[in-house]
Amino acid sequence: MNQPQTIIDKLWSAHEILRREDGNSLLWVDRHYVHEGSFHAFGKLAARGVKVAEPGLTFGVADHYVPTRGSRQNIANPELARMVRQVEENTAQHGVKLFGLDDPRQGIVHVVGPEQGLTLPGLLIVCGDSHTSTHGALGAYAFGIGASEVAHVLMTQTIWQKKPKRLRVTVDGKAAPGISGKDIVLAIIAYIGADGATGCAVEFAGSAIQALSIEGRLTLCNMSIEAGARCGMVAPDQTTFAYLKGRPYVPNGTEFDKAVEVWSKLTTDSGAQFDQDVTLDANAIAPIVTWGTSPEDALPIDASVPDPAREANEDRAKYLRGALEYMGIAPGKKLTDIAVDRVFIGSCTNSRIEDLRAAAAVLAGRTSKVPGLVSAGSTLIKQQAEQEGLDRIFRDAGLEWGESGCSMCVGINGDLVAPGERCASTTNRNFRGRQGPGARTHLMSPAMVAAAAVAGHLADVRPLLAGRKV
Amino acid sequence: MDKFTKITGVACPINQANLNTDQILPARYLKWTRAQGIGKVLFQDLRFDAEGNEKPDFPINKPEWRNAKIVVGARNFGCGSSREAAVYALYDYGVRVVIAPSYGDIFSGNAVQNGLVTAIVADEEAAEIMGALSRTPNLPVTVDLEEQTIVCGNGTYQFTIDPVRRMRLLNGWDDIALTESYRDRIAAFKAEDRAARPWAIPRSGA
Repeated sequence: MNQPQTIIDKLWSAHEILRREDGNSLLWVDRHYVHEGSFHAFGKLAARGVKVAEPGLTFGVADHYVPTRGSRQNIANPELARMVRQVEENTAQHGVKLFGLDDPRQGIVHVVGPEQGLTLPGLLIVCGDSHTSTHGALGAYAFGIGASEVAHVLMTQTIWQKKPKRLRVTVDGKAAPGISGKDIVLAIIAYIGADGATGCAVEFAGSAIQALSIEGRLTLCNMSIEAGARCGMVAPDQTTFAYLKGRPYVPNGTEFDKAVEVWSKLTTDSGAQFDQDVTLDANAIAPIVTWGTSPEDALPIDASVPDPAREANEDRAKYLRGALEYMGIAPGKKLTDIAVDRVFIGSCTNSRIEDLRAAAAVLAGRTSKVPGLVSAGSTLIKQQAEQEGLDRIFRDAGLEWGESGCSMCVGINGDLVAPGERCASTTNRNFRGRQGPGARTHLMSPAMVAAAAVAGHLADVRPLLAGRKV
Repeated sequence: MDKFTKITGVACPINQANLNTDQILPARYLKWTRAQGIGKVLFQDLRFDAEGNEKPDFPINKPEWRNAKIVVGARNFGCGSSREAAVYALYDYGVRVVIAPSYGDIFSGNAVQNGLVTAIVADEEAAEIMGALSRTPNLPVTVDLEEQTIVCGNGTYQFTIDPVRRMRLLNGWDDIALTESYRDRIAAFKAEDRAARPWAIPRSGA
């Protein structure tokens, strides 16, 4: 009789080449995604004069530095052009497939992987980007790595890891209409803290998670890193298999059926033990926004920001004062009284077709009181949205409809929030200066960003959905 | 990679929980190579205002802490983006050790790859060390990796660090060489795995 195992144990042991006495394991990597930022690692290969070990398992994208406006074939900014050219040259030199700017499949790495069917259940996936945890939504073991590790994977297709602790986050119940994967994950992070899952691999389980679409699960797993998790995952199920079937890189025909048989077993056995368990009630989750400078600074939209004067712990009070000062918000202010200057819909967190539909459902026939940018997660999603007429809704509302890339989430392509400006954003980090020096970021779901756009201030989306199909 | 055994030097307290890698190295410097001087822009937006003037209140700008070899921080130090350049920035500025109650996983993994020690102490101990440094800013601090001790004034603290990381730092090991020594095991795994999990190979012709 085998010990009951968690999904984390199953994925781990399937990739463990060896475990040393010191507890370090060498793991096999099934997919390695690279982007413009991987230049440090390619430089290390060049310095050693070695080639990529498994170019067929390595895929590149251009996403971090690509412009969302203007020509993408003749990039005006020479520094951005150089970054894009660099990933083109590095991948070409090593025979690595690149979804570059001349490819209609281009997009954000964590959107393209699942969309193309490169990301599959049971795979171990790494990428030099912390939001690689996204891919766990399909039942993969996926985590972000640094440049030295990227170089190591390029050279050996393996990575050294110590087995993390196993944390299960169970969200049971039924989320109310208008509540998305984003609200659920922000609720989780607010509850366990920005380091609540540090050192852990996380399985998200429970009826509210199972009820999520793949898009919702991708959002959820994407932000597991914002709770400090090594990786986050959802066990593959019928929703997963239906999503995968027919995608370009997914096995087809009888190979698909055989794979589904294997993937169906990648669930936590009953009675399997986790190192830690956390439970949340989905019925209690309201639309959530962040007010401060860490994703854990998240509250339901009907709440008020904290008042440091009422905080007994001096360190905490100091943190609150600093965060409120940076954000330019008076202590105790109602969240719905906070006016916004700009909105952004995009990023690896919330730029998929369902996200765009959710925002468009709110914006249809309405006008945004503030300027804003919508950047689809991939060029294919952009095309699909245009076929569905979503681009018209955004444009008619007064928002800009841009090309696909990481864009205003991290701002390194030049899409910046101005100093002191306040942005309602579907992204993943409200860190100081994340969207540009002095930028003030409030994280929320696409529907909530649309609500903020319509209201001109942070707002509850639910009344705006009355009588609308969502 | 240089070996690390023991260091005595200036220690700068930065009492800020969740100090993320965007703050350690703002994203606009990510396109820089290390040779361009990434150490100069460590904590850029915390150290300088929009006009480029130094913010005198930021600890590492204070004359007594300017030459810090050790940074003492609060919980979840280095959370956020996986950018290894955040470690380059600290190291190239001259920092060799960070002392904090906890770290972002990716950050501490990147640190060991570059010879930067991430020493873990309890919350209260980090607060105590930061308190001692605030009272006596020029108090030298000694970090001994072999003994896993921090000496700060009259206080001696035991710190923890993953034993594998400790060995690598002490020996200046590079893990590529270690991995190469398992080349046969990797090849055997790959052959077996290809047969067992044919679906794991991306479908060709896509």
